[in-house]
Amino acid sequence: MSRDWLELLRPGDWLVMLAGLVAVAAALPLLWRGGAADLAVVKRDGTVVAELPLTQPRKLDVAGPLGTTVIEVQPGRARVASDPGPRQYCVLQGWLTRPNAIAICAPNHVSLQLSGPRSDGGGYDSLNY
Amino acid sequence: MGAAMTASTTERGADAVREQPSPPPGRGAGGGGVIELEVTAVDRRIARYAAAAIVLTIAEAAIPSPLPGVKPGLANIVTLIVLWRHGWREAAWVTLLRVLAGSLLVGQFLAPGFFLSLTGAALSLAVLALASRLPRNWFGPVSHSVLAAFAHIAGQLMVVRLWLVPHDGVFHLTPVFAGAALLFGIVNGLIAAKLLEEK
Repeated sequence: MSRDWLELLRPGDWLVMLAGLVAVAAALPLLWRGGAADLAVVKRDGTVVAELPLTQPRKLDVAGPLGTTVIEVQPGRARVASDPGPRQYCVLQGWLTRPNAIAICAPNHVSLQLSGPRSDGGGYDSLNY
Repeated sequence: MGAAMTASTTERGADAVREQPSPPPGRGAGGGGVIELEVTAVDRRIARYAAAAIVLTIAEAAIPSPLPGVKPGLANIVTLIVLWRHGWREAAWVTLLRVLAGSLLVGQFLAPGFFLSLTGAALSLAVLALASRLPRNWFGPVSHSVLAAFAHIAGQLMVVRLWLVPHDGVFHLTPVFAGAALLFGIVNGLIAAKLLEEK
């Protein structure tokens, strides 16, 4: 049965299928690379307090109405390390790595958003497929 | 253009023509207002193949897909068979008629899906025009099918990027579409090769 089907393939067909497989394999990294984020933008009450490049580790304290929110930056990623808010949503989000990812600590009026290379995602809040 | 008209009127006109074997070519009968179009054997063949392709298009529209754009593309089996047996010109007619009539029947005419199909079909046909020149001993229907499938998805991604989702984010899905193109390209090619072998 399966031999019948294999006999339908000609030598060049194998070549084309192999080339196709290579093309798919070459495209595979695209699935995970969401465009690298390179900047962490920290805002309080909607105004930017700091723009931290995601190149070297750093910690930043931001004072809000409830207390201090601690932003931690490491190469390629950033997170809210601690926050005085009651439900801790922004802390539980963990590390942000993709451009336009955002952690909002609403009770303390602080937000952390990553931005990608210029124009990437400009004008879009979110994209659904 | 002439072929398109005759092909699309074949279904209605076939019986009438069969009764009088050699109608005058394309001459309107003055008083009665009846216009007879000459239907050649090629036109009938194109219509028959296109009808088969349209049936496959409709059947396929009923299959749920996890991702818009990922479809087996069963109608392309017909294109491959026509290409192999009767050459590129007829394959192009069958494909374009299928895209047009299929979209009308599914209710997608001039909707985004229609333009995606059209672009995919146009690019596939362009690639098939080149691929069909490859030596047949070496490159069979499976080669044609895989190459056309990749052209199809490339064309669709281009339209999606330029028009429907103007953001580079769509390219993150390239591996998914390319993988589907490879898989369904091989499967469709094998089915076409099998059917061609059976004559």
